[in-house]
Amino acid sequence: MYKLDQTPLLFESSRPGRATAILPAADVPDRPLDDVIPRAHRAADSPALPELSELDVVRHYTNLSALNMAIDANFYPLGSCTMKYNPKRNERLAGLPGLGAQHPYQDDDTLQGLLAILYELQDDLAEIAGLHAVSLQPAAGAQGELTALLVAAAYFRDRGEKRTQVLVPDSSHGTNPASAHLAGFEAVTINSNGCGIVDLADFRAKLSDRTAVFMITNPNTVGLFDPQIGEISRLLHDCGAQLYLDGANMNAILGIVRPGDMGVDLMHYNPHKTFSGPHGGGGPGAGPIAVRDHLAPYLPAPLVGRHPDGTYFLDHDRPKTIGRVRAFFGNTGVLFRAYCYIRSQGPEGLKRVAQHAVLNANYLLTLIKDVYPVPFGTRCMHEFVASARTLAKDRGIRAMDIGKRLIDFNFHAPTVYFPLIVPEALMIEPTETESRETLDAFARALRQISTEDPEFLHNAPHTTPVSRLDEVKAAKTPVLKWQPE
Amino acid sequence: MAYLANTPDDIRVMLRTIGLDSLDQLFDMVPPEFRLKRALDVGPALTELELTNHISGLLARNQGADQRVCFLGAGSYDHFIPAVVDHLASRGEFYTAYTPYQAEASQGTLQASFEYQTLVTQLTGMDVSNASLYDGGSAVSEALLMALTVTRRFGRVVIAETVHPEYRQIAATTLEHLEPKLVTIPGPRGTIDPATLAAALTDDTAAVVLQYPNVFGQLEDIEALVKTIHARGALAIVSVDPISLGLLRRPGEYGADIVVAEGQGLGNPMSFGGPYLGIMACREDFLRKLPGRIVGQTIDRHGKRCWVLTLQTREQHIRREKATSNICTNQGLLALRSSIYLAAMGPGGLRQAAELSARKAHYAALRLAAVPGLSLAFPGPFFKEFVVRCAEDPRTVLTAVGRLGYHGGIALGRWYPGLADAILIAVTEKRTREEIDGLAAAYEQALRRG
Amino acid sequence: MDPTQLRYSPTHEWLYLKDLTATVGISRFAVDQLTDLINIELPAVGTRLVRGKSFGEIESVKAVSDLYAPMSGEVTEVNTAVVDNVQLLADDPYELGWLIKLNVDDAAEFGELLDYEAYEKKLAEEAH
Repeated sequence: MYKLDQTPLLFESSRPGRATAILPAADVPDRPLDDVIPRAHRAADSPALPELSELDVVRHYTNLSALNMAIDANFYPLGSCTMKYNPKRNERLAGLPGLGAQHPYQDDDTLQGLLAILYELQDDLAEIAGLHAVSLQPAAGAQGELTALLVAAAYFRDRGEKRTQVLVPDSSHGTNPASAHLAGFEAVTINSNGCGIVDLADFRAKLSDRTAVFMITNPNTVGLFDPQIGEISRLLHDCGAQLYLDGANMNAILGIVRPGDMGVDLMHYNPHKTFSGPHGGGGPGAGPIAVRDHLAPYLPAPLVGRHPDGTYFLDHDRPKTIGRVRAFFGNTGVLFRAYCYIRSQGPEGLKRVAQHAVLNANYLLTLIKDVYPVPFGTRCMHEFVASARTLAKDRGIRAMDIGKRLIDFNFHAPTVYFPLIVPEALMIEPTETESRETLDAFARALRQISTEDPEFLHNAPHTTPVSRLDEVKAAKTPVLKWQPE
Repeated sequence: MAYLANTPDDIRVMLRTIGLDSLDQLFDMVPPEFRLKRALDVGPALTELELTNHISGLLARNQGADQRVCFLGAGSYDHFIPAVVDHLASRGEFYTAYTPYQAEASQGTLQASFEYQTLVTQLTGMDVSNASLYDGGSAVSEALLMALTVTRRFGRVVIAETVHPEYRQIAATTLEHLEPKLVTIPGPRGTIDPATLAAALTDDTAAVVLQYPNVFGQLEDIEALVKTIHARGALAIVSVDPISLGLLRRPGEYGADIVVAEGQGLGNPMSFGGPYLGIMACREDFLRKLPGRIVGQTIDRHGKRCWVLTLQTREQHIRREKATSNICTNQGLLALRSSIYLAAMGPGGLRQAAELSARKAHYAALRLAAVPGLSLAFPGPFFKEFVVRCAEDPRTVLTAVGRLGYHGGIALGRWYPGLADAILIAVTEKRTREEIDGLAAAYEQALRRG
Repeated sequence: MDPTQLRYSPTHEWLYLKDLTATVGISRFAVDQLTDLINIELPAVGTRLVRGKSFGEIESVKAVSDLYAPMSGEVTEVNTAVVDNVQLLADDPYELGWLIKLNVDDAAEFGELLDYEAYEKKLAEEAH
């Protein structure tokens, strides 16, 4: 990130009449416009869009880009987001017209190459999950959660069972209870115990014949693998309920343990995390879901199928499907990159990803734990949650101050204040693509910050294009668009 | 191994620092009985060169809009994408960043989002826009959920049959387990009759979804329909084609309460259906019910103008089970592409794209209606898509047209049993007179052969 | 209203009862805890409230909190001035910042609310 002066808004650079010719004149016979689109349907004027030269546009966005931190430039240990390197080969391949120029309603016989890729990806995601069927349709992890819960709801309804509750750990992502609510369930919170994992007694107490699904994140959001998973699965299944895995943290267990093997019935993936799809400044992601065979009939349509002759087709003939959660096939561009990534890694490579993600996280944890205590033990999976609680109490240095100050060292901040069960949380996920030198430098910065003057830290960052922002003003008097003076 | 940085020496040192002897011990927490005792059964690792050959080979088997002239639409269109869009959106500073949680280190993404929100309000004539949703289809459902909380009417929501069938399916799936009844009103002549609409409205109807231009390309009597909706105190949700707004009336002007749109046409490749972006804008007074990320303007400690994610208490990470939407991310990169597209096109360019699409579509309609065996299905005005009825089975005809080098249209029977003989044809500014004449000739040949 | 003459719920709502009409607001302590209020949502007149159940919510910049009914009853009046300008609540929670009036179902519920001393004592205990 460069330290630049402000870039004016597009609208402030606009000058009437400054336009770029992009399209040719009409080559069809001229007709009065009124004969084409009746006046009653036409706007009196063109939209008040800005008028810029092509160079204006290029410079504007080039300058804006320089105000961002990004993986390509900075270590980005944003916990829960798996900010690993985004391979450039995948970008180049995704730019081919064999992907970009494909319309979603083309005939299957004009899509055989792409359908082959998507079919193989369905298989790969089923294999990695240890489950049986995959829908690639959901557009994001949160939509995957909702889709999976709708699948579970349809399953229970088909069986004539009325189950109304979804159990959610208190350490879960906020999307879990929100998705449960939207799928028509009541979300019931399960407490964590003193070790940061599911409180089994609380789980037992809240489990009943009204329980439809338990949504677990494992490894969970404090970076621990819950070893009670076998017991949880047994209790849950004895009760006739389904075990859902929030796959946000799959990066830690690729090729090490498969969700299906530990009793999971349905799950979503975040391919933009685990399989290196770029995060795009906040999307696009994708949220494919994998399910056990008894849930497969309810998946959204279409799936990719294969005829006995080896040709591929879109399978719309799914009488028990829940329907659809988005239009067209899915976020194909993101799924395509996931496929490229899985093929680049192969079976051994995927396992290495998990090993090195966990190695890097444990190494970093070891380097800083004497200054930033890690409330739940001294080991972790692919990420860990350190607490600035002592620093806050003793010196008034808060998690937010530390995050902001890290930016001055050219590191993106960790996730702060999540999960909610750890006070002054700093959730750190280094990912496998970072080197030991980077981790050493990050640990040095964190240790130095812990000794710095609190006042200096409250005002951090000190080297960015803008300093700490007035968030209260933004929320109290919302200004959400530019308007002419 | 791909993309790893640690050397064997690093691994030794790091394990020793942690106090372990092997990488395997890192997974002590995982009960042994669940460990996978074999390698995953996925394809063997490919180097970059091998991957490039493998993927290029597969993709070469596709016959997309680069191989056949594309007249397919229904929400995804082969519009022209200026080079600046790909060039600028390929900057790693944009596409390898994430949601701008740390505003000081994300002013590029934040300012671009604020500009996107402004461009959407300029385009739609609405008061406020969010920073985008997943796609135009799920945006319809988000708008319906929003209308329920705004109106506090939970009895019924109404959707026009002339709304994209997949958007309607999403609404049905989304509302399946919730209270309101989803009522679909017919549009047998390709548009909705205000009297039919009025009859479907009740005092507990929260909202009505219309599409303008609708899925057949037809222009509904939008003003009369919106008036009918408002007369019963329901909200008018209108799904639009953003390119059409270069020419057609703006939703804010005819009284739409919530506007949604599939933003693909604004500079995003068709990519077999995604990723796209859902545009959503609404009236000012509904702001606190608007789902998705929103960026607001503020000042920093030194009084400098800057931007930040705001009104976050609407969102799931704070509201959890009380949230009315579970949306987490937006479609940042697609929203960025759409902004660059609009900035590059400007008002004149967007109008030209809209007008050229409309003019060429009307030329195509005239040419095709003259083909023996084809006739226009609906009498009303249309924008860039139209429906023809076909004397023979559309699927057979389209296959034959396809062999002649054209993606000639979408057979509507898949969605509308009453239109089993109908084909939906879309024309963008990219199509030339020669290609349109070629399409007409291909249809003629295909029908003659049959 | 004089805060010392009001009754309180453990969730920081205050209540003033005259005949069968209750006025409800939230305490100065709650307002201070929430900081930076930006929005409040209140029920419509005629809504039935159940003691202990949520009847609305209040948003600050970083959080959203439920408002819980201190007694059961039917809403007879809503302070629209507060809805339009939540700053009234921040500035003056006991007068201009009242939230709703209720026709209470069962006056006996009143006895279960904390009086001023008990509420202050509870706050003091929580501070430790």
